[in-house]
Amino acid sequence: MTGATWLALAGLGAFHGLNPAMGWLFAVGRGLQERSRRMLVTSLLPIALGHLASVGLVAALVSATRSVVASTTVAVVGGLLLVGFGLWQLLSRQHFRWAGMRPSNAQLAGWSFLMSSAHGAGLMLLPVLLAEPVAAGGHGGHGGHAGQLSAAPVGALPGLAAAGVHTVAMFGVALAAAVAVYEVLGVGVLRRAWFNVDRLWAGVLVVAGVITVVAAVT
Amino acid sequence: MSRWTPDPSFYPSPRDAARAPAEKLAYVAAFDRSAARPDAIAVLDTDPASPGYGRVVGWTDLPHTGDELHHFGWNACSSALCPTAPHPHVERRYLIVPGLRSSRVHVYDTQPDPRAPRLVKVIGPEELARRAGYSRPHTVHCGPDGIYLSALGGADGAEGPGGIAILDHTSFDVRRAWEADRGPQFLAYDFWWHYNHDVLVTSEWGTPSMIEDGIVGELLLGRKYGHAIHFWDLARRRHVQRVDLGDAYQMPLELRPAHDPTKTYGFVGVVISVEDLSASIWLWHRDGDAWAVTKVIDIPAEPADPADLPDLLKPFGAVPPLVTDIDLSVDDKHLYVSCWGTGELRQYDVSDPFHPVQTGSVRLGGIVRRTPHPGFPDEPLAGGPQMVEISRDGRRVYVSNSLYGSWDDQFYPDGVGAWLAKLDVDPDAGGLTPDPRFFPRGDEFRGLRVHQTRLQGGDASSDSYCFP
Repeated sequence: MTGATWLALAGLGAFHGLNPAMGWLFAVGRGLQERSRRMLVTSLLPIALGHLASVGLVAALVSATRSVVASTTVAVVGGLLLVGFGLWQLLSRQHFRWAGMRPSNAQLAGWSFLMSSAHGAGLMLLPVLLAEPVAAGGHGGHGGHAGQLSAAPVGALPGLAAAGVHTVAMFGVALAAAVAVYEVLGVGVLRRAWFNVDRLWAGVLVVAGVITVVAAVT
Repeated sequence: MSRWTPDPSFYPSPRDAARAPAEKLAYVAAFDRSAARPDAIAVLDTDPASPGYGRVVGWTDLPHTGDELHHFGWNACSSALCPTAPHPHVERRYLIVPGLRSSRVHVYDTQPDPRAPRLVKVIGPEELARRAGYSRPHTVHCGPDGIYLSALGGADGAEGPGGIAILDHTSFDVRRAWEADRGPQFLAYDFWWHYNHDVLVTSEWGTPSMIEDGIVGELLLGRKYGHAIHFWDLARRRHVQRVDLGDAYQMPLELRPAHDPTKTYGFVGVVISVEDLSASIWLWHRDGDAWAVTKVIDIPAEPADPADLPDLLKPFGAVPPLVTDIDLSVDDKHLYVSCWGTGELRQYDVSDPFHPVQTGSVRLGGIVRRTPHPGFPDEPLAGGPQMVEISRDGRRVYVSNSLYGSWDDQFYPDGVGAWLAKLDVDPDAGGLTPDPRFFPRGDEFRGLRVHQTRLQGGDASSDSYCFP
């Protein structure tokens, strides 16, 4: 992958990390409740893990699928999915609740997985993943049809690497935001600084979807 | 309609809420006991700088008659900031207004004109019955994942069990009954939670037939009204523990948990002891792995000449205090206790919740005393301080005087009237002073009785906070 790709993945990770709904606010709440910075930091680990699982699943699927199916099809289908999901996010406001306020680490990772998946965090990476040339062993005019299926597991690897980089950036930014609010700013800052990320988020999904489709058919 | 920035009336912590600007308006549930005219939401001007201060400045009639408005609440509150399912860009805007007698639930929009709430939805009793299996809706609390609504009765004429229904945040449709496993719980009334601890608490009044035609003496002396509170797992929706106060302590009603989300204690008021007609306040708290209650305040009955008493009380020769509402300030420092029978509002410093210290008292009305408002000494008052609401900063307390239609008639048979007083508080030293400029009463309420007050932007009994 190119430097620009890594940068884009990390940038999206930072964007996800910054969103209070993706987990750092939960970590701050747990830290304040127990009066423990350690609780804050240790809460972020399962949250990052859940995010990684959600994003990694999508990324691995995309790269694995691309290695066996014509990339245009993947891009168009993926892009349309993205637009639809973004619009659904814009128009619906579902509030789910799961495992309560005192989850175990496993439940916290599950919460983060559900929260990230429900927000379409992995889907947002589609245009970046699809902009990449297909990994060796993929299609490309030469090579037959047989043999490509066996390339699928290997094809998933770039996706997992992408998810990893993305999640490291997400974790770093979430940690910085959580510590800043916990140590310096106080939760009162939420009242002023918490602009409607969900709307922006949904908008990014739609735009990412359109870019993917346009890039695929032109 | 979602906002770009959080609703300015949402606060992460009780401390932030206590610093909030003062309320400019108050909403009051008003009802027609005869059920001949519609009940109404009255709007009071609470801005001392306004020419309408202390007056009814808005009035919205309900669409039907015979609802008997009682308690009501906001669609959203500070719990929207809670981190499991944050949605701070919704608006505190709609009032969820149940009819306790009709089982209809009304949704009023306080925008664009906060003085003229507009009806946007009516949920019929059949929807509440079909979807949740309940009737006689009562307490409303804005939860992070939906609107919680308690109900006293069962569906299709069943006496019970009462319980909690969940309403959709956005559409206000009734989704389902909240309970996954109610254990031994049957009677219902109030509820609230220790949100950060995944704990919900419920209290007990009686079934519809035990209350709707007035208090039933035989049932009371037979100790048949509620006398326990219940603790639940809020995340799993399961009953955890029933704590019995003892069957002499009839009717534990209002539940006031500490606002500080790290704390796990709260207060519940008991209307009457059948042994000596006293009223009491109990503290619930953790005791090892279980919940326990401790009686922390006892308020004795006042001896009276039977000739001055309504028929119901003549045999006893005493006025019971009848603690029918209590309220805890947002900073968890002051507890206010309404003695609706003796006509007194008491203020306690509960900084040490196990050892309350009385710091103030105001006498208004009362079955025997009929104490007038100090600003209007020529007007003896019927009813007594009943529903109490406290401003977020703890400096203003509002009390209204009606309990419940048929019960008003039993304890104040010559008429309970309608009045709503405001008391000023010194939050540091304690003490209560009636405000002579703020006393809407009688005709201002157009012949209706007044029950719960809700303050614009939230109050001490509307919001829960997820950050200490």
